[in-house]
Amino acid sequence: MTQSIPFNIPFLAVAALVGIALYIIMSKRNLIKLVMGIAILEAGVNLFLITLGYREAGVAPIYTSAPAKIMVLPVPQALTLTSIVIGVSILALMLSMIVHTYRHTGTLDSEASRKLKG
Amino acid sequence: MDTLVTHSPILIIAIPLLAAFLTPLIGRVSQKAREALVIASLAFAEFLVIILAKDIYANGLHVYTLGASLPELAIPAGYIVPIRIILEVDGISIFMGIISLTVSLAAAIYSLHFMKEETGQDRFYTLLLLLVTGMLGFEFTGDLFNMFVFLEILSISGAALAAFRMRFADAVEGGFKYIVISAVGALIILFAVGLLYAQYNLLNIAALADVMQYGTIEKIALALLTIGFIMKLAGVPLHMWAPDTYAVAPAGITPMIYVASQACMYGLYRVCFTLYGITLDQLTVGWIVIIIGVLSMFVGVTMAVIQTDVKRLMAYHAISQSGYMLLGVGVGLAVLGDPEALAAYGRQAMNGGIFHIINNAWYKGLLFLTGETLFFRLGTRDLNKMGGMGRNMKFTSIAFIIGALAISGIPPFNGFTSKWLIYESVYQFNPILAVIAMLVSLITLASFTKVFQSAFTGPRLPEYKDVKEVPKSMLIGMAILVAAIIFFSLFPGLIVDHVVSPATDALINQATYISGVMGGVP
Repeated sequence: MTQSIPFNIPFLAVAALVGIALYIIMSKRNLIKLVMGIAILEAGVNLFLITLGYREAGVAPIYTSAPAKIMVLPVPQALTLTSIVIGVSILALMLSMIVHTYRHTGTLDSEASRKLKG
Repeated sequence: MDTLVTHSPILIIAIPLLAAFLTPLIGRVSQKAREALVIASLAFAEFLVIILAKDIYANGLHVYTLGASLPELAIPAGYIVPIRIILEVDGISIFMGIISLTVSLAAAIYSLHFMKEETGQDRFYTLLLLLVTGMLGFEFTGDLFNMFVFLEILSISGAALAAFRMRFADAVEGGFKYIVISAVGALIILFAVGLLYAQYNLLNIAALADVMQYGTIEKIALALLTIGFIMKLAGVPLHMWAPDTYAVAPAGITPMIYVASQACMYGLYRVCFTLYGITLDQLTVGWIVIIIGVLSMFVGVTMAVIQTDVKRLMAYHAISQSGYMLLGVGVGLAVLGDPEALAAYGRQAMNGGIFHIINNAWYKGLLFLTGETLFFRLGTRDLNKMGGMGRNMKFTSIAFIIGALAISGIPPFNGFTSKWLIYESVYQFNPILAVIAMLVSLITLASFTKVFQSAFTGPRLPEYKDVKEVPKSMLIGMAILVAAIIFFSLFPGLIVDHVVSPATDALINQATYISGVMGGVP
């Protein structure tokens, strides 16, 4: 039981990150802050995936001449790597759209820059 | 020919992907060659989808394992679970594939002329083909994480395309809303995939379905997956992005983004029926899907009535029509555990819901194209500033009439057939739902009468005196969809028996899907 407490800290961090991110996404009106919220959400999900694959005292999952110890799971790491790459491209696209929004409307407030209503 | 059929699942995804990155290179040489490449790659993929569909209807589902010595070898020797990326194409996957490719082909042909004046066309066609790749990969994959990756490909290219006409401020806004909702939705889905992986150490849908228990973690994962997919398919109350994005996207792209959101609806069905299947608490989940469906139908159509922007109006109708599909399939899901009710009306309701997906792709795609055709010639989407276009644009107005009658469910058009299947079966499940569905259909007709009356009839406004019919490539794009509507209206029985029923069976028979990968251990 004592050993499971430090193991749970990453999951608490995941919950905190996801909670903060959802709060930001739903409540903030500044577009840059919205994008930051999505970035935090992504970090939370990535941390969740990595933590899933972690085994205490495990070594990196490289099979060639690895010591005969417990390995961490390789699949979640592959998933996280993919997810990070996707995340970067999404953030870049969102930021470029914000630049164009600012050029058109001169504001970053999501209510003030809004053209489509109803 | 056999080799081609065996390898077609991956070829259908790979050909548009390869063509996507070839187009900028070829485009440097000649613009004509680039256009030919785009159309040829889509047409070849369409051909492959059709021969693959024929084979699936004759011989059952196709499993394609990437990197294995034999494509059918899903589980390598010495393992008990699949470890490679597996494509699994069954009745419903190929059904969605046919829709995606046909609409994309029509949209690409339409765009040839529509985008002529725009800058950066190389990138436009690259993104268009990537969007096709994302949709097809999403529909064909048998792996949850792969589904997430293709969902992101679809979202990124879709958002970039929606915001393609950067010179309009509203286009950027519509694209931004789409990317935000997609990013959040996809991350929610990824979180759910992580939960399922934590529980079972599996990502393959068939292998997961084989061992699925319906515990707390699985319920949370199901709720997250449902929320993620509802966000992407624009079901009320998470529909806010749809009217904005559909209204501002370039003409050819709106039907494609719409079809992409229907692909996400397929994702929802795949999760509910195949991943969870009979372990699920069918009545509760079924009713949730039904309620979202009814809300989408009703809110969509009431919001549509008050719109004056022609494409925005059509976008709200798109939300409303998605409600019918959710209603039909939701009724099927609610009675999945009850074989008697399933045989009596559940199967028919699902047939109706699934048939509505394909019908809707044709006429909704056509209506979006006609809406943008008006914008192309008149420079406005405001219905109050239009009038008398029926004389100037004869073909467009005929196409609009066909689409409007079909969407309102007027016999003998195809919209009537699928709606009738839904009314008849839903009435046996719960009469009130059927009455709401009919009412929504009436309001739809009223709303499209308004559009027709203000855009195509009435006195011709002096400033639009010299408006001509649109160029040939745009007419061909619309004509493909008109032909599809007419074909489906003439032979509804044929389509229901040979195309829709295999799709419904693929959803109902979870065991077939599992044994496709896991061998004879359903």
